Amino acid sequence: MTTTADQQDEQGAVRRGAGLVVEGLGVSLTGRERAGTDVVEGIDLVLRPGEVVGLVGESGSGKTTVGTSLLGYSRAGAVISSGKVLVEGRDVLTMPWREVRQLRGEEVAYVPQDPASALNPSIRIGKQIVELQTLRGIGTTASRLQGARDGLAEVGLPNDDEFLRRYPHQLSGGQVQRVALAMAFLPKPKVLVLDEPTTGLDVTTQAMVLETMAGLCRTYGVSALYVTHDLAVVANIADRVAVMYAGQIAEIGDRRTIFASPSHPYTRALLDSIPHLSQARALTGIPGRTPAPGARPGGCRFHDRCAFVAEECRTTEPELRSVGPDHDVRCLRSEDIGRWDISRGTVPDADPDQPREVVLSIEGLDVFYGRKHVVHDVSFDVGKAEVVALVGESGSGKTTISRCVGGLHREWTGSISFDGTPLAKGARKRSAADRKRIQYIFQNPYLSLNPRLTVEQIVTRPMELFGIAKGREATDRAKVLLDQVALGPAMLELQANRLSGGERQRVAIARALAAEPDVLICDEITSALDVSVQGSIVALLEGLRIERGISMLFVTHNLALVRSIAARVEILQAGRVVEAGSVVSVMDSPAEDYTRNLLANSPRID
Amino acid sequence: MTQVATLPDPVEEVAAPRGRSGAGAWALWLARRLGLAVLTLWLVSILVYVATAALGDPVRAILGRDYASNPGRVAQLEAQLNSDQPLVQRYFSWLGGLLTGDPGTSLANQQPVGELISANVVNTLVLVLLSAVVMIPVAFLVAMVSSHFRRRRPDAVIQTVLLALAGLPEFVIGVLLVALLSTTVFQVLPAVTLTGFGGRPWDSPESMVLPVLTLVLAVAPYVSRIVRSTLLDVLDSDYVELARLKGIPEPVVMRKHALLNAIVPGVQVIALQLAWLAGGVVVVETLFSYPGVGLQLVDSVRNHDVPMVQALSMIIAAVYVVVNLVADVLSILLTPRARTAISS
Amino acid sequence: MSAVEETPGSTPAGAAQRGPAPSPGFWTRARRQPRFVFGLVVTVLVVVFAVVAPFFAPFGENETAGAPFSPDGVFGTDYLGQDVLSRLMYGGEAILLISVLGTLLGMVLGVLIGVVAAYGGGWWDEVIMRLNDVTLAFPQILLALVVLTAVEQPTAWIIVLLVGVSHAPRVARVSRGVALGIVSRDFVVAAEALGERRSRVILAEVLPNMSTPLLAEAGLRLTYSIGLVAALGFLGFSADPGSANWGQMIQENRLALSTQPWAVLAPVAVIAVFTIATNLMADGLAQLAQRGE
Repeated sequence: MTTTADQQDEQGAVRRGAGLVVEGLGVSLTGRERAGTDVVEGIDLVLRPGEVVGLVGESGSGKTTVGTSLLGYSRAGAVISSGKVLVEGRDVLTMPWREVRQLRGEEVAYVPQDPASALNPSIRIGKQIVELQTLRGIGTTASRLQGARDGLAEVGLPNDDEFLRRYPHQLSGGQVQRVALAMAFLPKPKVLVLDEPTTGLDVTTQAMVLETMAGLCRTYGVSALYVTHDLAVVANIADRVAVMYAGQIAEIGDRRTIFASPSHPYTRALLDSIPHLSQARALTGIPGRTPAPGARPGGCRFHDRCAFVAEECRTTEPELRSVGPDHDVRCLRSEDIGRWDISRGTVPDADPDQPREVVLSIEGLDVFYGRKHVVHDVSFDVGKAEVVALVGESGSGKTTISRCVGGLHREWTGSISFDGTPLAKGARKRSAADRKRIQYIFQNPYLSLNPRLTVEQIVTRPMELFGIAKGREATDRAKVLLDQVALGPAMLELQANRLSGGERQRVAIARALAAEPDVLICDEITSALDVSVQGSIVALLEGLRIERGISMLFVTHNLALVRSIAARVEILQAGRVVEAGSVVSVMDSPAEDYTRNLLANSPRID
Repeated sequence: MTQVATLPDPVEEVAAPRGRSGAGAWALWLARRLGLAVLTLWLVSILVYVATAALGDPVRAILGRDYASNPGRVAQLEAQLNSDQPLVQRYFSWLGGLLTGDPGTSLANQQPVGELISANVVNTLVLVLLSAVVMIPVAFLVAMVSSHFRRRRPDAVIQTVLLALAGLPEFVIGVLLVALLSTTVFQVLPAVTLTGFGGRPWDSPESMVLPVLTLVLAVAPYVSRIVRSTLLDVLDSDYVELARLKGIPEPVVMRKHALLNAIVPGVQVIALQLAWLAGGVVVVETLFSYPGVGLQLVDSVRNHDVPMVQALSMIIAAVYVVVNLVADVLSILLTPRARTAISS
Repeated sequence: MSAVEETPGSTPAGAAQRGPAPSPGFWTRARRQPRFVFGLVVTVLVVVFAVVAPFFAPFGENETAGAPFSPDGVFGTDYLGQDVLSRLMYGGEAILLISVLGTLLGMVLGVLIGVVAAYGGGWWDEVIMRLNDVTLAFPQILLALVVLTAVEQPTAWIIVLLVGVSHAPRVARVSRGVALGIVSRDFVVAAEALGERRSRVILAEVLPNMSTPLLAEAGLRLTYSIGLVAALGFLGFSADPGSANWGQMIQENRLALSTQPWAVLAPVAVIAVFTIATNLMADGLAQLAQRGE
């Protein structure tokens, strides 16, 4: 994917000296209470023409802030306080306002994260694409229109009049994002900043958008900064990778080097928490939570969560220093922490031939939303202490099926039986014993806990409801549960709205466990969480499965995750089971084209 | 935003909109809305009738202490009100009368209700329309100025003033204006409209100023606050941010991107306030003796003149329902998403 | 799926509004809102004035203190020669009591209707809201006037009822809107999955999360109640025509606006101050509601 130096020189003849250099960039907060607190600091980056640099970080790392700073833009409440952003030698941050506006869109372009809200819902897309050029008076109406048509064709979209007259809400998510790409490339900019443009898109569309983007960059010699939290995506399209933590660059270097020998403990921990498609892994997380601006520890910012922390790390703030050709690391101990191997943490896949005792059985399930028939004739079963994954893209029906099993959706026909006895359609109609045995964990931890209640109230409620324990005894059990989900007993008195996402999801798991269930239905429970947090939740679930013999129905769109957590998998498309079987056989030797496509399009690290 | 909830299935291509053949769907939708409005009005008529005819004895109320000493009068009034007939029958004959253009006879001066109210209806409509015409641009202008200075001193000052005005009852505003401009501080405007019954108040325009000003000051602050709040929401939205990042100049961002999307909520709140005006005129007209339906209503209530009250209430309620209907239709027309949803 | 903000307590520039910051107690936040504080303080002052002042009035409520419209005394005398200041002191209790009771009634009715409609959904929602729209079609004062047509002399309770009933549909609309946002959240669904009783779900899960917006609405309703009761007094429909009543005082003394303005301006000023204060308080609460939960 990378162009060689010669090819770059050829294409870049006109653009010599092009690209973008960032020196010592710093952004701080404004406002009464926290003025001067830095969001990011000391950022140095070089973007060469035609190369893609991946800027990777979890939430709170400041990666989006860096991205928009390249256009001289900071959101309300923050201001770019130091550094330079040099485009062809000119510093964007000291340019007069009018020149910055001129620069935006024409020389440095931006592709936003959320496709649905990026376009003005009241203006037709044809008009929006040419808006910039119309305003600048570039070309004639006819030439602009033709340029728009060409641009749309380049991103693989239809370019007839009918399409141009559509409003944004009449396009699918992938189409909107490609329109945004076309819009950004129309004036042939020199630098492109992309802010997680494929999150929220399913895997196939994501692959298409990424390929389009890489192709356009190659063709026009554009340098790109790709901001993302997804290391797997970056492994496939970036030439160089920068990893950010708590507002600083922790490690930066050539892609191959970073993935082959990561030298910062944070990078290693991140890589340890990412599942692989080809082999199961024992995922791990990072203890603690990302510090907010203003609450960052002294010394090395990562030291309070680092597995290799030494005394000097607490007091000395490390500088970014070179540990190899095109490889810089911000760590005092990078030489002392030994080698790292991508196949660390590999464990054997779940044994497909293990004897299983069926606990939950679904037969001939058809689900309806009003008159719409959304799930067709689905049958599968779940064994004791077994994890069955329901996998599919959006609209495949995986969440719908799980909601029916959990009693949250009532319009279905067929049979769902637990231990041989059929279950009623809604949770209210089921007996208390049945309700107790199947517990549901929701996707968004910020919505699934009542923000007004304390952790103690939340976790003890199921115990009271199902007659398991009351009062003091319930509180004692709650403490034990919290300990099992790796939360301290001090959490009991906190209101739910004081916890972070990962902590809330653990409380949700504790609440589910409080009912002493036999089956846990996990509905994309890690999709809303950072990668390292996902790792620790998965480790927790695996422990629970082994210790308590709990079965799980695990709904996800992430195939790599399935490999590390499930024994059996059902692949769903448009409400039907396309392929099913043990994880090993389906993922190593898929029988159906759809499955093959899914596997081929999933970005892989391994 | 969850992956599952927001985006349609990308594997399935989004169908092209169907264009003008959706005219049939439009007509259907319009018919449903009209039907709903008519239903509401019918239910309102029941409420009005029951409230006036069944909750107390209007005859007793009219005659007061004379009730015991004047049985002849009692009988006469009761005959007029058809008190011997059952409630339901009385209601339907009243309703029938309304629909055929005969809303009955006034109890106070024994003349047909229709004649008594027609001139006043026109007067009130003029007052309300005039106030609306002044109010809308003023409110929008203030909102735009305020949001231009957002989070700085001028914005805070404007907002506090608007907030204070928004809470004041309309007659308080009226009295203060009268004191300020008519009697106590300056003496430039008349305090009372001197047109008699059946006259046209706009023949002496200076007497219209205070009533209109009062209504505008009573209504504009709330509209302005909502428009400003919507504008700010839109200005903070992702697509406006993208427009700025595309390099589009700020005035164009304001005009094209922001205002366009702020108009629909603006229309809704304007409709709400216009509808409120239908009730607000009652007090304002009384204050300024303006010969409109509001003043007439208050007089009729004081006289316990049931047929008049019934007719006037129906008019005011009808105005309210119609204004809401128009607002609904306008908001759908102005929102492309809703528009295409109907025609497909 | 973009990762959700992992760190509470921070709302860094650029973070999506997905993770709410942890909330310090209600009063701590409320104290920092200048509008709320100012509004609350002034409201309390007016209430105290209305309740306590009658004990300090220089003259009785209906006592003749001098010639009509004479300038004797702090604010002069009114159309019957009664002392304006004293009548001002006596005139607040009625308005206050009726407004507060009417607001309370309206809130209770409205919240009940709105939350049941939102939680019940489907058919329930449709029917309830259609009926609601019918009562909404009445401007508030119109409803009061219509009912008063047939009543010879309104009592205080009738006016309380009228005020409450005219508020109820508006409160119902607002609370339905707020409740709809809560009822679809996963923690309510989770409670249903556990099999909680419906009444418990409403009381323990839905209502507590509505408290701040409901408080804001209550403040707003109080402002309108005061305006409505004062307007009714102004139009001559008060519960006890002889006693002092701020709204009625305005009507009584209107004719002398050019000669003895204070007889009118004093009650006007008090009503104005009261409504401005409650409105500021309500707005402060509304801002809290927006920023908090």
